[in-house]
Amino acid sequence: MAKTVIVSCGTAIATSTVAAKAIEEACKAAGIDVVTKQCKAAEIKNFVDGADLIVTTSQVRFDPGIPVINGLAFLTGIGKDKVIEEIIATLKG
Amino acid sequence: MEIKDFLDPGAIVLNMEAETSEEVIRELGGRLLDLGFVTDDFIDATLEREANMPTGLPLGGSVNAAIPHVDIEYVKKSALGLATLKQEVVFYNMVENEVAVPCRLVIMLALDQPKSQVEMLQSVAAVLQQPVVIDALIAAESVKEIYAALS
Repeated sequence: MAKTVIVSCGTAIATSTVAAKAIEEACKAAGIDVVTKQCKAAEIKNFVDGADLIVTTSQVRFDPGIPVINGLAFLTGIGKDKVIEEIIATLKG
Repeated sequence: MEIKDFLDPGAIVLNMEAETSEEVIRELGGRLLDLGFVTDDFIDATLEREANMPTGLPLGGSVNAAIPHVDIEYVKKSALGLATLKQEVVFYNMVENEVAVPCRLVIMLALDQPKSQVEMLQSVAAVLQQPVVIDALIAAESVKEIYAALS
């Protein structure tokens, strides 16, 4: 079954778009079937049900009950490989 | 589609002397407004969003960047604005909102459709990931040099 990754940012139009694309490509390369769902940080609660992971480029101000990974690396490039490893490890876990 | 295809020369500000992020957002937003890319309330909406959900990005080198943006309802036609700042101006970290990020590069994103400008956004991210390009943008003394740095 495909893994679901919520990709959230402030507006769900800009930074999460970049992160979602990068996550899809990285998962594909790792042989993980993944579905990304973009949303605003404020909407995460509505998407958490059935999701495996949140990758966010904005602050998550509550405990969503599933792992949260900082996705700024997809914008800045800093530590990107490590973040991708972390995402893949979490999804495979 | 690349950054330079969305960047109007009139929306580029070089060596801006600003003390606050609000000044930078007002200047770039005002340019986009004058050029007809955004609605009258774009600036206020962007300022409000920046206060609640900041856009500062530490880039790991000597120069950091901020990418202020707002919901699509305030945008008539997708465009970018770009400012290089004479001195560092504090924006706040996009994920760790309490952390100050002194920035010298500001790329304002005005997007009119959700998830439609993937290539443009990826090229913005690609620029942010290339210290050589960032340095060339900061060093640019003319709009022409900005476009040269981006191509």
